[in-house]
Amino acid sequence: MDAILIAEQALNGLQFGLMLFLLAAGLTLVFGIMDLINLAHGSLYMVGAYLAAAAIAAGASFLVAVLAAIAGTALLGMALEVTLLRRLYQRDHLSQVLATFALILMLNEGVRMIWGEQPLMLNTPASLSGPVELLPGLMYPAYRLLIIGVGLAVAVALYLLVTRTRWGMWVRAGASNRAMTTAMGVPADRLFTAVFGVGAALCALAGSLLGPLLAVQVGMGESILILAFVVIVIGGIGSIRGALVGSLLVGLVDTGSRTLLPAALRQVASPELASTLGPSIAAILIYVLMAAVLFWKPRGLFPARG
Amino acid sequence: MNDPTSILRRPRHGLLNHRAGGAWIWAAFIAMGALPLLLQALGLAFYTVVATRILIFAIAAASLNLILGFGGLVSFGHAAFVGLGAYTVGVLADAGVVSAWIAWPAAMAVPAVAAAVIGAISLRTRGVYFIMITLAFAQMFHYLAVSLKAYGGDDGLPVPARSTLTGLPVNLADDASFYWVALVLFALVFAGLRRLVNSPLGWLLQAARENETRVAATGGRVFAVQWTAFVVAGAVGGLAGALLANLNGLVSPHLMHWSQSGQLMVMVILGGAGALWGGPLGAAVFLLLEELLSGVTIHWQFALGAILLVVVLFAPRGLAGLFDRFGTRRPTASTSPASAPTSKASSKGAAHA
Repeated sequence: MDAILIAEQALNGLQFGLMLFLLAAGLTLVFGIMDLINLAHGSLYMVGAYLAAAAIAAGASFLVAVLAAIAGTALLGMALEVTLLRRLYQRDHLSQVLATFALILMLNEGVRMIWGEQPLMLNTPASLSGPVELLPGLMYPAYRLLIIGVGLAVAVALYLLVTRTRWGMWVRAGASNRAMTTAMGVPADRLFTAVFGVGAALCALAGSLLGPLLAVQVGMGESILILAFVVIVIGGIGSIRGALVGSLLVGLVDTGSRTLLPAALRQVASPELASTLGPSIAAILIYVLMAAVLFWKPRGLFPARG
Repeated sequence: MNDPTSILRRPRHGLLNHRAGGAWIWAAFIAMGALPLLLQALGLAFYTVVATRILIFAIAAASLNLILGFGGLVSFGHAAFVGLGAYTVGVLADAGVVSAWIAWPAAMAVPAVAAAVIGAISLRTRGVYFIMITLAFAQMFHYLAVSLKAYGGDDGLPVPARSTLTGLPVNLADDASFYWVALVLFALVFAGLRRLVNSPLGWLLQAARENETRVAATGGRVFAVQWTAFVVAGAVGGLAGALLANLNGLVSPHLMHWSQSGQLMVMVILGGAGALWGGPLGAAVFLLLEELLSGVTIHWQFALGAILLVVVLFAPRGLAGLFDRFGTRRPTASTSPASAPTSKASSKGAAHA
């Protein structure tokens, strides 16, 4: 196990963690402010990836496709909020689970009706397909570097939005005490729609950026949704800072354990046992991490509600 | 006052009184018993397997409803117990033990032990954190099953033959017989659930759902009550898993996937969380819709989603809640003669008010 491999895996973990953050940020705000369990959050991520793939298939450049996906998904998200999800804020969590589960079924099937059963191909833009030499001996794909850059930029932008603007102040107030915030005259309706739109846009950004790395297919939203929920529970519901720390933690642990753990196991156990045990232990490790965090910090690392 | 249940009187009405609905329950069970014969007469014997599936999921959903509906504890990992039960049957069959008298109780004991450990840890948390920690444990079992290469790993483990019920004149390999065994077990589970939620333990469980602090303050041992319910639910979920392994002839890690837990939750909420018939009703409606819609269109999931949305928006307490609305007009049916006048008097009082 050499330093190059570890550095490469750390970058992969950072990249995956930042993409998780894009999903978790929207999820944690919707959960923290509107008190809505939105299982369909992952479906918006899927819709974003499909829109980007469709735009590229129609001849758009990668940048235009990503922007189109963001705009389209944000509109869809806001439309869903205004027509349906708004009615669920006052309902219990169980009704929300049932309603957003129904939305998953409908969005999945809707995507299947439009684009068919086969996964779509979304290629890395040609100008970014080569590797970059970061350090002597450390080659890293340029596209993944771009993802890291975009992820960091969005994280900084979100931080500034939440801590330095009036809307951000409302958002923080809403996460801390929703009833008081609306009583103080914050335009709750518009704020909620806007938060939902931003969450959907971030989903689309993650979906279209990850599209070339993972397959664009029906059901891609559900597998990442669970990870995003793990992230926001670790970070503390309603906290953007918690979402960032949680995402990076989950991203690094997931990526690191998938590649480094089997290698480490091979040194202490037989190769056969290592290849059997490694992947499962790696998959379980995230949940052990979450259980451990909840054991010692039952409200997450950065609880938003005081 | 040492016994916390002594503060409770048998409730006649409202929240804590769960009746299954008098005489028509017998009619329902007789109709269910006659179903395979009817299907055979109509030449639709294949649907016996579908009906068995519904019964098995009704058992699983009823067990989840005990903790989710009556206990207010949203467990997102119930599929782990179903899967553990199924794997117990599969692994025992692999080792040559095919007797249902051994395999099925074992398939309840193993998940019960798992539920005892998971419950002891998870019940320290509340709300969404409880949801997530139960999910975490279920995912661990899922990945454990994936890593068990000796038992098929990702592909699962075939269960070549159904269990045998030595001593009873029943051959489980016959679909109709298997259906009847599942029906008897479902009836037992249903009767047990009815008895449990109307018992002091069930009252405390539901009271803790409404106000935990108050129950604790009046001497109720909230943790012990919830933990007991969690273990019972796990064991019954394992029974459903044992039947499912027999029906499918295969156990696979997919049984413990979180989407299965989610589907069980959706069944319970659809039917009515905290209603006696909620679990079975939800399981039946969900699986029947799946069966019917998938015969009509390949885009049946869209229609299913739309129907679920309509239910959420217009039937806030699930399908069982719809029946309740009609049921509350009548005085509560009661078996003990002493209670009859009381219930009539109070329902009259309600009518005057």
